[in-house]
Amino acid sequence: MSTAIELRGVEKTFGITSVIRNVNLTVAQGERHALIGPNGAGKSTLFNLISGYMKPSVGSILLRDQVISGLPPFQINRRGLSRSFQVTNVFAKMSVWENLRCAVLWATGHRYAFWKNIDNLPEVRDRTAQILQDINLVSRRDVPAGLLTYAEQRALEIGITIAGGADVILLDEPTAGMSHAETERAVALIRRLTEGRTLLIVEHDMSVVFGLADRISVLVYGQIIASGTPEEIRGNPKVKEAYLGEEVA
Amino acid sequence: MLELIVISTLNGVLYGMLLFLMASGLTVIFSMLGVLNFAHASFYMLGAFFGFQISRWFGFWPALILAPLLAGALGAAVERYGLRHVHKNGHVAELLFTFGLAFAIEEIVQIIWGKSPVDFRVPPLLDFPAFTLFSTNYPAFKIFMLVVSIVIFIGLLVVLKRTRIGLIVQAALTHPHMVGHLGHNVGRIFMLVFGVGTALAAVAGVIAGPALVTQSNMAGLLGPILFVVVVVGGLGSLPGAFIASLLIGLVQTFAVSMNGSLAGAFGPLSPDYAATWLSDIWNVTVAQIAPIMPYLLLVLILIFRPMGLLGTRDT
Amino acid sequence: MSDATAKIPATIAPPRPAASDRLKFYGIWIGAALALLVLPKLFSSGGSLTTFSLIGISIIFSLSYNILLGQTGMLSFGHAVYYGLGGFLAIHAINIIAKNKFAIPLPLVPLVGGAAGLVFAMLLGWVSTRRSGTAFAMISLGVAELVASSALILRTFFGGEAGVSANRTKVLRLFDWSFGPQIQIYYLVAAWTLIAVIAMYALTRTPLGRMCNAVRDNPERVQFVGYDPHIIRYIAFCFSGLFAGIAGALAAINFEIANSAYLGAVQSGTVLFATYIGGVGFFIGPIVGAIFVTLLSLGLSDLTQVWQLYFGLIFIAVVMFAPGGITGLLMMHRPLLKGGTLSRVLPSYLVAFVPTLAMITGLMLAIETTVHFTVNPGEDSHIKAFGIPFDAANPAIWAVAAVLLIGGFLIARKTWARVAGSWDDALTAAREKGVAA
Repeated sequence: MSTAIELRGVEKTFGITSVIRNVNLTVAQGERHALIGPNGAGKSTLFNLISGYMKPSVGSILLRDQVISGLPPFQINRRGLSRSFQVTNVFAKMSVWENLRCAVLWATGHRYAFWKNIDNLPEVRDRTAQILQDINLVSRRDVPAGLLTYAEQRALEIGITIAGGADVILLDEPTAGMSHAETERAVALIRRLTEGRTLLIVEHDMSVVFGLADRISVLVYGQIIASGTPEEIRGNPKVKEAYLGEEVA
Repeated sequence: MLELIVISTLNGVLYGMLLFLMASGLTVIFSMLGVLNFAHASFYMLGAFFGFQISRWFGFWPALILAPLLAGALGAAVERYGLRHVHKNGHVAELLFTFGLAFAIEEIVQIIWGKSPVDFRVPPLLDFPAFTLFSTNYPAFKIFMLVVSIVIFIGLLVVLKRTRIGLIVQAALTHPHMVGHLGHNVGRIFMLVFGVGTALAAVAGVIAGPALVTQSNMAGLLGPILFVVVVVGGLGSLPGAFIASLLIGLVQTFAVSMNGSLAGAFGPLSPDYAATWLSDIWNVTVAQIAPIMPYLLLVLILIFRPMGLLGTRDT
Repeated sequence: MSDATAKIPATIAPPRPAASDRLKFYGIWIGAALALLVLPKLFSSGGSLTTFSLIGISIIFSLSYNILLGQTGMLSFGHAVYYGLGGFLAIHAINIIAKNKFAIPLPLVPLVGGAAGLVFAMLLGWVSTRRSGTAFAMISLGVAELVASSALILRTFFGGEAGVSANRTKVLRLFDWSFGPQIQIYYLVAAWTLIAVIAMYALTRTPLGRMCNAVRDNPERVQFVGYDPHIIRYIAFCFSGLFAGIAGALAAINFEIANSAYLGAVQSGTVLFATYIGGVGFFIGPIVGAIFVTLLSLGLSDLTQVWQLYFGLIFIAVVMFAPGGITGLLMMHRPLLKGGTLSRVLPSYLVAFVPTLAMITGLMLAIETTVHFTVNPGEDSHIKAFGIPFDAANPAIWAVAAVLLIGGFLIARKTWARVAGSWDDALTAAREKGVAA
């Protein structure tokens, strides 16, 4: 199997504190890979490094065997890697429809076009409608994103992330703060929408992680201490000791 | 030549220190409240006019104390009853509020003191040449200005390093998003910071008023240069503002004293071009372009260091 | 995923406008064109024609400014640079055309101004738009100072303090129009206003226009859907410069002169005032603002000496109490109108109106009396402000002003609370009737 994402000896330091220390990680094409670890382990920082939000201090990051570390976020996105945010990060004053449409525009090739009427672009319209239906927000189409409920905003966040059609998706705690029922719906949504794509997900809810992931990596104090199938991780004594404790017992 | 260099350096440092007196308040306010106070130069102007009025009534020395206190109180009131109210509408609204305020203050100053310069004189006690350098008399009042700005500079350093408020301000400079977690008295701290910042600008006004021209357009003339200082230094960086203040002070002072031009360096332009716009560029002296030097510097800095000399913040 | 595309129900996407809606949409534009055509028949005096021309120019300029502020979230303190350069280039173009007898009629000269605005926006914009927010605002101010000061140095091109003038009647005539009389200039401005307004409206409905809104709302996220926010800001800036240049050229044609005031801080401030007072949140906001501010500055300057102070105070009041501007205030009432609960708030408006008016009168009285003693000391104390005569030397004036100001404020504050209360009630009632806010 070919690799989707590869991190080679990645380190990130802020001043004298090192947050990510010599991380090597490989995510195969089409794999659902979960990244777990205690608070402050550097999971979000790792996402910020992969998506181009920050530059690694040392090491390189590859997307489908091409180096992407050092590129700005929009160029990484254009190469087919899209991410969501832990804190909802949508276009608050624009409607749900407009939010999704903005996420579709680049991928449909309209870029900075100022000579086309945006309402007369059938492929944009169809694709936006498709995503809107996929994330179950049809009834909220014209509501400004800032007025949605929390769970709806999280769904929109996922919708914006996948709308561009990227085949490598990074989701940062998509179910954080959701009720049990909402989480179940969100997981079903993620499962459906990432079908056939590569997924790297940060998640705290262990039932979500073990239900969804093909492989799991455990990040503790900026280092990957274990990487493997859910069974291997569950049985790994180092993981048990460092992090999971009785949670998986 | 040596005379020119020494005198210009002295004047440049003096001008730079005055700029920093204002830029420091502006930077601290920006870091803590997230607002670039467009009316900051207006408080400098108010300081000069209050100083003028109070020295007329009670003399210069009471004015040096009272005028900044008055302007600072006004600044604190602006924060408490104006800015705080606008805060919920976002930073653009806050910036626009201070912009409108600058406009209104200039109008009010014009109504009260008129459009022509007022006669704000150097106090007799300091009206003598401090020393004579290569035939140039250096006025004692300028030395006094330099001493005041250096004393305040040291005072600021001590406050920043040694007091609780200073620690909070320092924390705000490095971690602006943490300001919200200061606790229940955050409002009072904001008011205090705004008041002290505007009072510092007013001190600059009182001591610059007699030496420069106290006129209703002085805020409009100085304001843009002040903003160039904070952008060139890097928004939110105190050391950056200090370096940029001195840099711009020196560059402008040296430029004013130079009479060189392209025509002077390469000889007169061929008469064929005499009537074209090229002759304007050819014959303009360095002294004539001194007013645009800060802005040229701004554009250069933006091309090579978009974040400013020591800046890290984007907005 | 791919096979599902065929199965999307047509109802998911927002419905295409019905024929009646489209008729209404085009009806508005045609109505506007007709109104512009008929306007000089209703008000035919030279003064009103000049006013209309100034309003038209101001509308183009304000809308071009709102491409930055309202659409893309960029606060510029130096927009007059592109207006002024458009004006200077247009004046020089008229002189060159007249001198060489080129076959270019006057109505095409604004294109020269637009091109000038565009080119300079392309040159200066690349550096300015690298930053957003407060830094962009300060950079726009610095660039404006740079250009304005340079204009005074490059005297051959900018004509120094006096400026450059031209005779607009010396260019090629079209259909026997000399463009000497104001009525012909009015029609020239009106036509360009209509063209520019339509073009700028169309711009808001393109992929670029939508991404401008996205950059305004959340520049960070834009980077993660494939766009470079710098490029978006830059293109928006270029368009803004283009239309500002057209407005400047029309102003130059109207006055037959361009001088350094065109480029200056006052001009930049005026367009900011007009746009913001009108309202940046709606397309028509700047149009409303341009009309309001042009009429206000012409009207107030006749009524009081210190009209600019009132201007500033109005602006501060709008920033503090009506951040959506005039259009924002009006649009707030739309859900109430739809829900039929508007009548619930109107009485509280009336109650609040009286003490608020008293307060404002007190403030104006205090200002005008002060002006008498500071600006015109020694003149006759029987003065007139806003057409009302009074004796400024009478000490009772101060008492009246103080009572109106303080008393008005104390009472008005209570009535404002009542307005807010009845407003909430009316909105809740409207929502219960199923009207979306």
